[in-house]
Amino acid sequence: MRHDHLIGAKQLSRADIEAVLDRAADFDADPAAFADAHPDALLGLCFFEPSTRTKMSFDTAIKRLGGDSVDMGPVESSSVKKGESLADTMRVIAGYTDAIVLRHPSEGAAKLAADFVDVPVINAGDGAGQHPSQTLLDLYTMREASGLDDLTVGIMGDLKYGRTVHSLAEALTTFDARMHFVSPESLRLPRNVRFDLHESGAVVKEHTDLDAVLADLDVLYVTRIQRERFPDENEYRAVAGEYRIDAELLADARDDLTVMHPLPRVDEIAPDVDRTDHAHYFEQAHNGVPVRMALLDSML
Amino acid sequence: MTDSDTDTELRVSKIENGTVIDHIPGGQALNVLAILDIDGSGGEEVSVGMNVPSNRLGRKDVVKVEDRELSGAEVDVLSLIAPHATINIVRDYAVSEKLRVSRPERVVGVLSCPNANCISTAGEPVDSTFDVLDDGVRCGYCDTIVREDIAALIDPA
Repeated sequence: MRHDHLIGAKQLSRADIEAVLDRAADFDADPAAFADAHPDALLGLCFFEPSTRTKMSFDTAIKRLGGDSVDMGPVESSSVKKGESLADTMRVIAGYTDAIVLRHPSEGAAKLAADFVDVPVINAGDGAGQHPSQTLLDLYTMREASGLDDLTVGIMGDLKYGRTVHSLAEALTTFDARMHFVSPESLRLPRNVRFDLHESGAVVKEHTDLDAVLADLDVLYVTRIQRERFPDENEYRAVAGEYRIDAELLADARDDLTVMHPLPRVDEIAPDVDRTDHAHYFEQAHNGVPVRMALLDSML
Repeated sequence: MTDSDTDTELRVSKIENGTVIDHIPGGQALNVLAILDIDGSGGEEVSVGMNVPSNRLGRKDVVKVEDRELSGAEVDVLSLIAPHATINIVRDYAVSEKLRVSRPERVVGVLSCPNANCISTAGEPVDSTFDVLDDGVRCGYCDTIVREDIAALIDPA
């Protein structure tokens, strides 16, 4: 892969994705062997929203490549609090660093940042928009568990605001996966994602009930239904419990079903699933480091 | 003459110099005026025919503006709400140029994204950018697709 920026999953071809995943496998096998790969690289971590996994895995990845990071820190203690524009913040930090990892609550923030700087920008989540580096580690996890060919993938939860879902769905179109989207009516995929899936000729079905498709799935990707998105608490309560899986429910699934979740989870996956062979979400989080090492290696 | 142009001429007066925008979908004339940033306060002489019979469109609107020729950006936005419009440039009471609007691939700085969470609406130093689809527009920053009431997105600034 050779891109100036990573803004959305749509820009990734199958060849791009496979190149990153192959390289990630090298890093995964022997991370110590690459400790001097980028000794002078300095990564700017700009997180305008809370993050645990994404931020720490990028930080770990650059350090495992022999580089280092500088962290903008919390918004509350930055010049953003004084009213500085994102464009100005990015231009300043681009002057200090070799690449910028940006998480921001507004959709399109990474695209805007990329317009103003001449170092690579990696979108680490822009509001309800995209989260392409998460998608790369999701695909890596799927490839390890099931391969990426001829997959039937169920994606369940908050499909409307779930940025990881948007990126994953768009990337899966390059692998001819059959996609089943399961959500409450009010949290269906947004119009722009459905448009792109349609344009790509993807095989897509939408459901409100997991039972309709569970037995067919190779992968079930669960996301949190985000309570904070609902204007009415009762509306949230009406749907939240409907989109919870537990070990008993998975008895109706195939033995080799891979259950994934970008985390954090709240109650959409019961703890008893953790003890089954279906659970791959912690391994998925672990994969963030080698995949982001590979991504940084390709962009620095 | 085509359509019911003769009828139209009876309803709105001829102009000496300026622009006649014809074949606007019925009911869109006021939005066309908004695109042209005409609200009457500038003293422009404007004639408007609304919902007049049209063979091609069923009902159409016509806008005539004295002493004004449209810019390329105005024609671009016009194409989004009136894709079949014809623009007649009138000089000395005669049509000197007759143009058809064509849809651009992209419009910049003329529409405002309806997604309140889009970075382009956050006071950043950027112009809004929309890709033009067959049946709508798509924000170049947040990807929001708008198909209905595009005229409502026209940035009054």
